[in-house]
Amino acid sequence: MIERVARGVWEFVVGDDWQIALWVVATIATTAAIAAVGWPAWWFAPAATLVILRDSVRRGSPPSSAEGAESD
Amino acid sequence: MSGAEISLAISVFLASAVEAVEAFTIVLAVGSTRGWSSAYRGVAAASLLLACVVGILGPALTVLPIGALRLLVGSLLLIFGLQWLRKAILRAGGAKALHDEAAIYEQEVAAAASIGEERLDSYAFAIAFKAVLLEGLEVAFIVVTLGANQDNVPLAAAAGALAVLCVLTVGLAARAPLARVPENAMKFAVGVLLTSFGIFWGAEGAGVTWPGEEAALGLLVGLVLLASWLMVHEVRSAEGEVGR
Repeated sequence: MIERVARGVWEFVVGDDWQIALWVVATIATTAAIAAVGWPAWWFAPAATLVILRDSVRRGSPPSSAEGAESD
Repeated sequence: MSGAEISLAISVFLASAVEAVEAFTIVLAVGSTRGWSSAYRGVAAASLLLACVVGILGPALTVLPIGALRLLVGSLLLIFGLQWLRKAILRAGGAKALHDEAAIYEQEVAAAASIGEERLDSYAFAIAFKAVLLEGLEVAFIVVTLGANQDNVPLAAAAGALAVLCVLTVGLAARAPLARVPENAMKFAVGVLLTSFGIFWGAEGAGVTWPGEEAALGLLVGLVLLASWLMVHEVRSAEGEVGR
């Protein structure tokens, strides 16, 4: 029961590409570090997000696109 | 109504409409195949549970300091939004099957018809409950997080409820899966909006001061939309090369 709930929460939050979650956490932490030393940090999160998205899309497109339809 | 409130209402309305269409398709398939009584009970039970989730989580989140709230919610929205956007880009680029409500309806009808009569009530109840709960949880998450961040959970909840009402009105009038709803395009739009909100609030929670303050959100939406559109073309090109 606990395992099923934990798996459900994991799938709900993290989804089918866990690397997105990992890199988002790293992005926010790096943004906080840049801001903490007093440098302009507003540019970092948008730039990093687009890199994360492109990387994830590339991993999901050919030749690995044979995964076909997912449940959602 | 301010620009931020309009963005909030549009994001929640689109996300709620998409999820409502998905839940409606499954409930319609189960209800029309197995009987409406148990399907309605499943929908009612899941709706009650979802109302409790929103009722508890909404006020709980607003207790957090605004910086911590934006850091937490921004990060979660960014993860959530990127997952939606990734799927939407892959679907628009042809690397992933489009979400087809008519096909999903046929699958659910076939599955419901294959279950024996003795499990009629529990099967219809469970499928309807699960569909509404799972699709509704995403809506509840978006309503609560976006609403709490703008200190306007009532507006977010109203936009979500209006979307569900619209889908139900059209769906019940048609008594058919809502296959003509541009679901994939709507998911693309929601992915762009959630990702933009996630970047904006996540960075703000991390200590960033945005140039232009709230006007930066509009630029972020434009940037994410443009980048996503370019990625769709990149995927289409890659798909074309694989197909040759």
